[in-house]
Amino acid sequence: MAMARVSIQAEDFDLTAEVAALRARDAAVGAVAAFVGTVRDRSDGQGVSSMELEHYPGMTEKAIEAMIDEALFRFEIRAARVIHRVGLLQPLDQIVLVAVTSSHRAAAFQACEFLMDYLKTQAPFWKKEHTPEGARWVDARVTDDDAIKRWGLPGRNAAA
Amino acid sequence: MNIQVRYFASIREALGPSERVELPAGTTVGELRSLLIGRSPAHAAALAHGKALRCALDQAMCEESVAVGEGAEVAFFPPVTGG
Repeated sequence: MAMARVSIQAEDFDLTAEVAALRARDAAVGAVAAFVGTVRDRSDGQGVSSMELEHYPGMTEKAIEAMIDEALFRFEIRAARVIHRVGLLQPLDQIVLVAVTSSHRAAAFQACEFLMDYLKTQAPFWKKEHTPEGARWVDARVTDDDAIKRWGLPGRNAAA
Repeated sequence: MNIQVRYFASIREALGPSERVELPAGTTVGELRSLLIGRSPAHAAALAHGKALRCALDQAMCEESVAVGEGAEVAFFPPVTGG
């Protein structure tokens, strides 16, 4: 059975195990690029005690599957894996993993960054931070829209 | 026709997770938003025009100009902030 490409889960993940599974039995792989996003203890100058992540079950998985299809079409990559956690997370916790294999490094680096830029602006997740002043929904960033535009895709997430 | 509307994040906190709506055939997502705004002051505040709001039709991001079909699932939510 083929390994799942996308997992949305409350549980933590193991980068080493995920990379090992992604490149197992594929001797054409010469490069692995992986990005791990983690929870900071500060955001916009305020302390963050915990963070809640909400998603749209069904749509989130479909959106990320479509992103991986797009990455496979655009870049000379062998495989990609995305894990995104949901639920209650604490500072230092891992949030997201994007891992990509390719024969040569440029494609793996590019596809990894492309997938993160895409995920930031197109995948339905929402973060709520708990701070000493109370809970607040995180605002989308215009800089993330600029990041996805570099790839020739529309960046209209943060705009009114 | 009867469709389901779903809300997420701050919109869900204001309006609840979902509701069913009866619509004339050919209604667009934007017209649905306007119709919902008329339902209650809470709807008017959460879905106000000019507020940054994204929408999805049958679990794919969409523009407000698309028409909604019988049995559709339409979602309204704030700009996404994952990653």
